[in-house]
Amino acid sequence: MAAQMRSEAAAAPLMDEGETYTSITSNVSAITLHRRFGRLWLTGFTVALALALLLAFGVGWLLAMGVGIWGLNIPVAWSFAIADYVWWIAIGMGGTFISAALYLTRRDWRNSLNRYAETMTVFAVSVSGIFPILHLGRPWFFYWLFPYPDVMNVWPQWRSSLEWDFFAIIAYLLVSILYWYVGMIPDLATLRDRAPTLARARWYGFFALGWRGEARHWRRFETVSLLLAGLAVPLVFSVHSMVALDFSEGLVPGWHSTIFPPFFVAGALFSGFAMVLALGIPMRKAFHLEPYITERHLVNMAKMLLAVGLVVDYSYLSEIFTAFYSMDPYEVALAKNRFFGAYAWVFWSTILCNVVLIQLLWVPRVRANPRALVAISLGVLVGMWLERFMLIVTTLYRDFVPSSWGMFYPTFWDIAFLAGSMGLFFVLYLLFVRLVPVVSMFELRKMVRKRERELA
Amino acid sequence: MSDPHLYGVLAEFATAEQLLAAVARARTETRHAVLEAYSPVPVEGLVEALGPRKADRIPFWMLLGAIAGGAGTFALEWYAAVWDYPINVGGRPTGSWPAFLPPAIEMAVLGAALFGVLAMLISNGLPRWHHPLFEVESFGRASNDRFFLLLRAIDPKFDPRRAREILQTLTPLTVREVRL
Repeated sequence: MAAQMRSEAAAAPLMDEGETYTSITSNVSAITLHRRFGRLWLTGFTVALALALLLAFGVGWLLAMGVGIWGLNIPVAWSFAIADYVWWIAIGMGGTFISAALYLTRRDWRNSLNRYAETMTVFAVSVSGIFPILHLGRPWFFYWLFPYPDVMNVWPQWRSSLEWDFFAIIAYLLVSILYWYVGMIPDLATLRDRAPTLARARWYGFFALGWRGEARHWRRFETVSLLLAGLAVPLVFSVHSMVALDFSEGLVPGWHSTIFPPFFVAGALFSGFAMVLALGIPMRKAFHLEPYITERHLVNMAKMLLAVGLVVDYSYLSEIFTAFYSMDPYEVALAKNRFFGAYAWVFWSTILCNVVLIQLLWVPRVRANPRALVAISLGVLVGMWLERFMLIVTTLYRDFVPSSWGMFYPTFWDIAFLAGSMGLFFVLYLLFVRLVPVVSMFELRKMVRKRERELA
Repeated sequence: MSDPHLYGVLAEFATAEQLLAAVARARTETRHAVLEAYSPVPVEGLVEALGPRKADRIPFWMLLGAIAGGAGTFALEWYAAVWDYPINVGGRPTGSWPAFLPPAIEMAVLGAALFGVLAMLISNGLPRWHHPLFEVESFGRASNDRFFLLLRAIDPKFDPRRAREILQTLTPLTVREVRL
C-alpha cells in the first residue's frame, strides 16, 4: 500500500515539465504588475472595508463606553473577546507551520503555499492582538504589560501566564514579520526589475533593499532562511502553549489541565490548515494559479488537515475520559454540563464540525474536490471558533458555587467585533494579493533548478 | 593605467551550468580573485567556485542574539522580582526562576531572529538602493531567468581587453562594460 501511495504521488508532478524560469516569473509577477482589479476583488474589498470600519467604530465606542458594550460580565468575563483572540492567533500558527516545518523537512510542495500562508499568519496575528488589548478594560494602559522603569515603581507580574502571553505574542508577531519579509526580498527585486513604471520600480525597489542575487548573498540568505525556519517551528509550539497556559493556570474545572498546551497546539494547526485551504482554493481559481497550486497540493493539505484533526479529536476524547476517570465531582459536572447543559448545542456543533465532518477527508474523491475542501475547511473554522467559545463559557458559567452561576448572552457588539476582525483581515489580505507576488517566485525557480540538476 | 570609471566587465549566460563553467574558466585563465556571480535562484557550488572566502558569521550572530535576548530578559525579571520590588507572598521564594523562563525563551528567539536578519543584510551590504549594475539594461533579468558573471575592475589582475576576450570565449549571450 505504501508503494501504491508513493506511485500515486510520483504520478502527479508538482509543476508542469514545461515551466521555466521565464514562465514562472512572467506568470506570477503579471498578477501583481499587470492584472486589472476585477469586479470580484472590488466587491470583496468593499465588503471587507465596510466590516473593518464597523470594527473601527466599535473600538471607538468601546473606548468611550467600556467593555460593558460586550455581553461579558461576572461570571463569564472572557467570552467572545478571548475566543476571537485564540481563534485568530491559532489560524496564524498553521501558516508558520506549513512554511517552516515543511521547509525543514524539504517538502517541495510547500514552495507554492508558503508565501500566502505566511501572509495569512502575519495578518491573523496582527488582528488577534486587538482583542486581548481591548479586553483589558482600560486598553489605553496596555503598555503597563511592558517592563519599563515607570514612576509608579512597579513591575509586571512575571509569574503570570498573561504576562508570558504578552511576550509570546510580541515575539511571534515580530518573528513572523521578519520571516515573511526576508523571504519576499528576492521576489520584490523581481518586481522592481519588471515594473512597468518608474514609480512602481521605486516602490518595489525600496522594499527590495537593492537585492541583486549575488552568489554569496544567496548563500547568506539561505542560511538565515533555514535558521529562521528552525526558530519558527518551536516558536509555534511555545506561543500557542502560552495561550493554553492562560487557561490551564486558572484553577477552574475544564481549564486546569496539563493536556491544554499540546491540545491547543493541535487545534491551532487544525484551524490554520483549514484557513490555508479556504483562502488558497478561491485565490487559485481567481488568479489561475492551477499550474503552481496543483491538485496534489490540495490533496496533501487535506491529508494534513485530517491528520491534525484526528489529534484534536483524540484530545477531546482524552479530556472527557480524564474528567470521569478523575471522579472529581466538579470535573464530572462540567463534562455532563457540556453534553446536556445550556450550551450543549455549542458542544455538539463543535463535535459535528471538528469530529464528524472531517471524516469525509478519508475519501480520496473528497480530497481531490476543491469545492468540498472549501466547505470542509469553513466547517472546521466555524467548529474551532465554537470550540474556544465552548471551552471559555461552559467553564465560567458554572463554577464551584451555585450562587455565582450565570449565563452569557452576546450583544450586537460581540458579533460586530468578530465580523469586523474578519473584515480587517480581508482588507489586509486583499491588498496583499494585489501588491506582492502571491506565490514565491524564487522558490518555484528552485524547483526548476532542481529538475535541471536531476536531468543533468 | 586602468579606467577609473570602469566597475567591471559583465557577461550574461542562459543557464546556471554555463555560468558555473564560465566561473571555473575565468578563474583559471585570468587568475582573477574578485569575481561576482548573479543568478535568479541559488546555484549550488557557485560560491565555492568563486574562490576562497571567509566563513559566514550568521549562526554566530544569531547565537549572540539569542543569548542577549534570553539572558537579558531573565536578568530583567530577576532584577525586578528579587532586587527592585520583592514581594513576600506567604514566604514563597522571590527568585522563582522556572516562572521566569517563558518570557526569556520568547525573547531569545526574537533576539536570534533579529540579529540573524541584520547580520544577513549587513554582511550582504544591503540595503543598497543604487548599484552600478542597475545601470545595465539586461541586468534586470538577473532576477528572472539569466545568469551573470562580473569581473571586477578593482582586481589587481584586471585588464579590460583581456577580460572581454576571455569572457567572449565562454559562449555568453552578451558582454558589457559596467561603468560607475
